[in-house]
Amino acid sequence: MSEPAQQPVQQKIVKKEKPSSPWRDGWRSFKKNKIALAGAIIVFGFVLIAIFADFLMPYGHNDQQLIDRFQPPSSEHWFGTDDFGRDVLSRVILGARISLMVGFTAVIGSVIIGSILGVIAAYYGRWVDTLISRIFDIMLAFPSILLAIAIVAILGPDLQNALIAIAIVNVPNFGRLIRSKVLSVKEEEYITAARAIGMSDFRILIHHIIPNSITPIIVQGTLAIATAIVEVAALSFLGLGAQSPDVDWGKMLDDSKAYLVDAPWTMIFPGLAIMLTVLGFNLMGDGLRDAMDPKMKN
Amino acid sequence: MNDEAILEINGLKTSFFTDDGEVPAVDNVNLHVKKGELLGVVGESGCGKSVTFLSVMGLIPQPPGRIVDGNIFFEGTELTKLPERKMRSIRGNDIAMIFQEPMTSLNPLFKIGNQLTEAIRTHQKIDKATAKERAMEMLKLVGLPRTNELIDTYPHELSGGMRQRVMIAMAMICNPKVLIADEPTTALDVTIQKQILELMKNLNEKLDTAIIMITHDLGVVAEVCDRVAVMYSGKVVETADVKTLFQHPKHPYTKGLLDSIPDIRQKSNHLYSIPGNVPKPGSIKSGCPFAPRCDYAFDRCLADSPELYPGENDDHEVRCFLHAQEESETQ
Repeated sequence: MSEPAQQPVQQKIVKKEKPSSPWRDGWRSFKKNKIALAGAIIVFGFVLIAIFADFLMPYGHNDQQLIDRFQPPSSEHWFGTDDFGRDVLSRVILGARISLMVGFTAVIGSVIIGSILGVIAAYYGRWVDTLISRIFDIMLAFPSILLAIAIVAILGPDLQNALIAIAIVNVPNFGRLIRSKVLSVKEEEYITAARAIGMSDFRILIHHIIPNSITPIIVQGTLAIATAIVEVAALSFLGLGAQSPDVDWGKMLDDSKAYLVDAPWTMIFPGLAIMLTVLGFNLMGDGLRDAMDPKMKN
Repeated sequence: MNDEAILEINGLKTSFFTDDGEVPAVDNVNLHVKKGELLGVVGESGCGKSVTFLSVMGLIPQPPGRIVDGNIFFEGTELTKLPERKMRSIRGNDIAMIFQEPMTSLNPLFKIGNQLTEAIRTHQKIDKATAKERAMEMLKLVGLPRTNELIDTYPHELSGGMRQRVMIAMAMICNPKVLIADEPTTALDVTIQKQILELMKNLNEKLDTAIIMITHDLGVVAEVCDRVAVMYSGKVVETADVKTLFQHPKHPYTKGLLDSIPDIRQKSNHLYSIPGNVPKPGSIKSGCPFAPRCDYAFDRCLADSPELYPGENDDHEVRCFLHAQEESETQ
């Protein structure tokens, strides 16, 4: 009787054995990290808010009710109203969309440009490497916000140009990161092994070097989104980013700075939103680094 | 036909150009491998054995390295002057190579199956399903079990011995005529070493692939090889068939190496070692590179560089003036 009972058990074991890929392993250890998970939930929450902003906003972001100026938080206006009687909650919600979008796009832009330049520098070496690396060095010699301000000053102040400026400013960080990673991966034995089976340099680059160099970029990218959001807010605060009637957290801070004492809610809520998003991205980024860096695992 | 050399290295000189000037890692090496032969190449670390065969594969990092002089013939084709594109079609297809570290020789991000099919599809225009079948066949041939599950695993799920088998399968998948094994068993423990060596000997017999076994382990050589080349300081100092080399070593360096192997039958507190260290490549400008460590060295050894002189039989050659003398005395 015991024999037929054994068979299903064996089958179960075989079925349970999912192939464990490096990505799946990473996700598994990320899930275990509660703080990182909290960060991911915050980020995910803000992403949802940004996507469904139109449905979540109780009022239009530019609806002015001049009689209701500077209303403190109440059941009608949860976050109060600002100097034009606009609902702060609605503006914070819509601001999430703009801040996140600018943060994401700027970082994706700098990741793509930085990675291409970094890979070219590491792969071709010699004078190409020297040229690209020195340009990165020059860019890194400036404080990033100052460089961003200079770029916006040239391009003209608006949100799109602020985005471009932040993307450019972050290029050398990613470029240097991927350059150093490619340089170390290039020396790995499996790259020599791939050359020994007769693969072309380009195929090795695409199939072996880049996939193995990409993890630090994902981690750095997540952390950089947080920085990018702060930088966009800073540019907007200085009047170089979002222009009225567009709304953005930095712009809200700028608009409310005159009323800090009388109507602190106009400043506290957008400030809190920035802080929470940055915190979320940072916690998530740290968690990703722990999960993906095999050195930290052991 | 069987006796003809499939791979022939003539006067190969490979140098690395560093800040301190030219460092010849391989200097005037002559070697040949016959079809289906198992050649052992022995020597200490840094004697140029790996560089010699990386030169054959065209895998010398350039710069700083460069083949300065000499020819490498594979089935009559000169490899050193071949354009990269043509060289690529030979690499992996006709001459394959496996490396010392099975733990790092496979790409950690891809499944075993993908890496094997990639190897074959680099050289042959076949569809994925056929390539996969061939991959499974190959894994079976190198003695791995449950091949249909194995091709869906990642390298980190396999043990060192299994990975080295996968590496051998990957190298052999295109049925190369020459397999260069650069210390294939150094990173493995002894029992696995024996299995891998047996596997390679089997493949050599079954598929008639010539295998060049680069090693510093004379035990490995005695176990599997037909013929041996001993290298020292970028030069071949002695070549012979295995029996002759172990029974009648001629070069003082070979003698020293053989004396350094502890004898299991004799209890001894003292292990023999050759006095001194391997000279830094390029540091010895004149004379025999082994002369400073050699018990038999005389004046001429420090002044002139010895040629390869004939030894016991046709296959036996020694780079040592002691045997040049013997020759002239007998004449």
